[in-house]
Amino acid sequence: MATTTMLPASGPNGAQRFAVWVRANLFNSIGNSIITIVFGSFALWVLWNIVKWGVIDAVWVAPNMRACQAAGTGACWAFVGEKWRFILFGRYPYEEQWRSALVTLILFGMTGASFVPKLWRLEMVYAWVAAWIICGVLMWGGVLGLAPVESDLWSGLPLTLILSLISMIFGFVLAIFLALGRRSNLPIVKLVCTVFIEVMRGVPLITVLFMASLMLPLFLPPGFSVSKLLRAVIAITMFLGAYQAEDLRAGLMALPKGQYEAADALGLSYWRKTKSIVLPQAITIVIPPLVGNLIGNFKNTSLVSIISLLDLMSTTQVALVDPNWRGLTSEAYLFLGAIYFAACFAMSRYSQWLEVLLNKGKRR
Amino acid sequence: MSEAAIAPKLGAPIIEMRDVNKWYGEFHVLRNVNMQVKKGEKVVICGPSGSGKSTAIRCINRLEEHQKGQIIVDGIELTANLKNIELIRREVGMVFQQFNLFPHLTVLENLTLAPIWVRKVPKKEAEETAMYYLNRVRIPEQANKYPGQLSGGQQQRVAIARSLCMKPNIMLFDEPTSALDPEMVKEVLDVMVGLANEGMTMICVTHEMGFARTVADTMVFMDRGEVVETSAPEEFFAAPKNERTRAFLGQILHH
Amino acid sequence: MAISGVADREPTEGSSITKIWNNPTVRGVFWQIVLIVAVLGCGAYLASNAIDNLARQHIASGFGFLGREAGFDISEKLVEYQPSDTYRDAFVVGLLNTFEVAGLGVVLATILGTLIGVARLSPNWLLRKLAQCYVELWRNLPLLLQLFFWYSIMHVVAPGPRDAWVLAPDVFLSNRGLMFPVPEADATHKFIWIAFFVGIVAAIGLDWWGRKRQEATGQPFPILGAGAGLIIGLPVLVFLVTGMHLTLNKPEMQGFNFTGGASFSPELTALLLGLVVYTASYIAEIVRSGILAVSHGQTEAASALGLQRGKVLRLIILPQALRVIIPPMTSQYLNLTKNSTLAVAIGFPDLVFVANTQINQTGQAIEGIGIIMATYLAISLSISLLMNIYNARIALKGR
Repeated sequence: MATTTMLPASGPNGAQRFAVWVRANLFNSIGNSIITIVFGSFALWVLWNIVKWGVIDAVWVAPNMRACQAAGTGACWAFVGEKWRFILFGRYPYEEQWRSALVTLILFGMTGASFVPKLWRLEMVYAWVAAWIICGVLMWGGVLGLAPVESDLWSGLPLTLILSLISMIFGFVLAIFLALGRRSNLPIVKLVCTVFIEVMRGVPLITVLFMASLMLPLFLPPGFSVSKLLRAVIAITMFLGAYQAEDLRAGLMALPKGQYEAADALGLSYWRKTKSIVLPQAITIVIPPLVGNLIGNFKNTSLVSIISLLDLMSTTQVALVDPNWRGLTSEAYLFLGAIYFAACFAMSRYSQWLEVLLNKGKRR
Repeated sequence: MSEAAIAPKLGAPIIEMRDVNKWYGEFHVLRNVNMQVKKGEKVVICGPSGSGKSTAIRCINRLEEHQKGQIIVDGIELTANLKNIELIRREVGMVFQQFNLFPHLTVLENLTLAPIWVRKVPKKEAEETAMYYLNRVRIPEQANKYPGQLSGGQQQRVAIARSLCMKPNIMLFDEPTSALDPEMVKEVLDVMVGLANEGMTMICVTHEMGFARTVADTMVFMDRGEVVETSAPEEFFAAPKNERTRAFLGQILHH
Repeated sequence: MAISGVADREPTEGSSITKIWNNPTVRGVFWQIVLIVAVLGCGAYLASNAIDNLARQHIASGFGFLGREAGFDISEKLVEYQPSDTYRDAFVVGLLNTFEVAGLGVVLATILGTLIGVARLSPNWLLRKLAQCYVELWRNLPLLLQLFFWYSIMHVVAPGPRDAWVLAPDVFLSNRGLMFPVPEADATHKFIWIAFFVGIVAAIGLDWWGRKRQEATGQPFPILGAGAGLIIGLPVLVFLVTGMHLTLNKPEMQGFNFTGGASFSPELTALLLGLVVYTASYIAEIVRSGILAVSHGQTEAASALGLQRGKVLRLIILPQALRVIIPPMTSQYLNLTKNSTLAVAIGFPDLVFVANTQINQTGQAIEGIGIIMATYLAISLSISLLMNIYNARIALKGR
């Protein structure tokens, strides 16, 4: 632990305080000093190389990879300049991509608005329903003079967003029923819910995706086909729902028995008790793991690339296959990584902020 | 001030417990409990911990189930019949030792929730009733605060008001002051005395013997799951008939 | 305020049907029957559709295909396998590969994760921040992206065998994979393994005996030291006695590639790197919270009793920390095993990869996916079972 150091008698100014802090936290023993020097130099060396490759020597504009290599030794960001539109929007028809982009903005905006606790009112639900209808019209087209676009062509960032958000919403509804069902006194209900949860949690997501994409067509009558997008949504929703159900169940168990009893003593019915008293409190208790699951879900949407859905990961892979731009994996993955990192990091910071906010009302 | 000065007319029996037995697995927690409470009567149940007194009153509103015997509340027999349980819970209010206020709702919302959803009262009327009872328990200014912002004594008074908003015929109190700091016990007991003076039928499980002497029509002593002695307070405190009663009173009456 | 009551109450004598309906048992049975009928009904409908569809597409049913010739090769295997072997053999190869990745991954991730977790608590600010950056970075990126990244490192960035990176004496990393030396098989090695297991048994026995002796007489016995001595010493003794037969089969450059030694393919190396780095970031957080969970008061109380630092760590801190660490840790091990299925995306032949090939060839998706799910369910449920037993045994007794 940091040792205390005597401060100068005249009161420290900024520079002196910094010096004291440096001494206390970085160099307060021989061992620590060595660690600081070794790791410090290593970190600086890595940082310097990254800056050199990524900024100083980087090539920002070039027609193809060979020109890039000729122009400089650093990162070939011209690739991103050329390909960003394909990476973000994929195979959606080129002229109609404005619709795709508009949907992305709407979904971003609605998600952002949903983060603000002041806006948590019934009107928000109506707004979301309206937003989804608008997005559906925009993406599918076929009405209002918009050219029709099949869901198989939806790709890139809009697809990733649509997959994540729909599975989050329906997955959570499923989770509520599964969690309540697993805690039920009725043995059959409990059995069905438990089996579903344990199976979904015991197998890898890939098998659930395979199940939906390879097996589902076999179980449907001929002529009744389900789009690849819908299959993926079903798989991800079931998978997420099971994990959320377990976390929700922990919240239900953590709620003091007295709350259930007070609601019973007042004569509230089971569903009224669950809706007004139990669920609001149980959900609040387990917000950290719930949001953790949502972040994991967002990352998991990348797996749909394995069942040939063109999400953000897939479009990047396809972009890399272009013979004009061979081998620029680092640039492509950095671009992609930046997008994912920004989204996930923002969500986890938000979750921490929300936790603090919700606990403020409880303490005296 | 003893009950004799007010001299209310006690009505017909409103609660009857006949040979009530309950087991937790092997443990016989209620043994042939017989109790009769008349309308308007105040009954105080006391006894050592583990005597089954809380269990006994929790059976009255079906928070606990009795395995043998009969419990009849206001003419309705308490069985597994869900409709009857619903009706009984509307007529019986309960105040818990741990208050059990709903922390995510304001005080006002705590009070109006059940009247709106169970008695189907319009919101405005429910809020008026709620404010009336908040005034009765003397904390109307806390209406829009959250339970976490109130003191223990205030929270328990809110809990009493919450039960009263359902306009029950019977109020059950399960050690209402045991979780309170000593300086807050009086404010809650004052509310309960006020309720008693208005003629509410009350069953209290409590250790507050001063309160019992003031308010009770009947004292019940329970020990190890049995009703050992039932008598009027004067008799109970001055000359307890049973040895065990005497031993218990000896232990707790040395303040 | 008048007490209301009788006037606004509904009559309790309803029809006999409402009386029955108000019985909770009756209601419960009713809804459960509805549920059973719904589930079985759906199941029957789906099954009949499946039978029709399979018949129409001339796809066989049943597990007969397991006995047929597989017809595809597997690029990396722990046991002997040819394309003329059966599907069953192919599945076994895939399963062994999965175990190989999972086993190595778990060990390496635990080591790396523990180091980083401890670094997160270091008094050195720089180390703390670097560890924090590590955790934040890998936890906020999809694992698939990380695997593709490492795969591209192995294929695009790594040099050819001639210029391979030398990680340690005789350990080479190139775009052909990771090459490392292995001991040559020798007859005497059998005895060394036997000695190793004898050493373990003897150490357990010594532990039991030493503890009994301490209980009876109060005399402590250096169980840890003596036990370690047995486990390491006995095999070493046998090694020396049998003539020290140990030659390493080293990878050496010959022509364009290495021969000799053992190797991990670039796919396996990438998969291991990705899984270990990713899982280690989660394990680091688990270790950190485990150590933090033991309140400082425990250390103070133990020291006040006169216990030395080593004993405090061993008897007070570690047991309590492990209690908090082990359940989520096993959950991460399970996650690593399940995540290894992403191997199918970078071409490492694990169980899912083999099943995928089989499904493509025979069209029997239901059986193939069934095999995968059954295997992973078996692994998950047995680990959960062990975890529950462990939790029950070590649970702090509450009121």
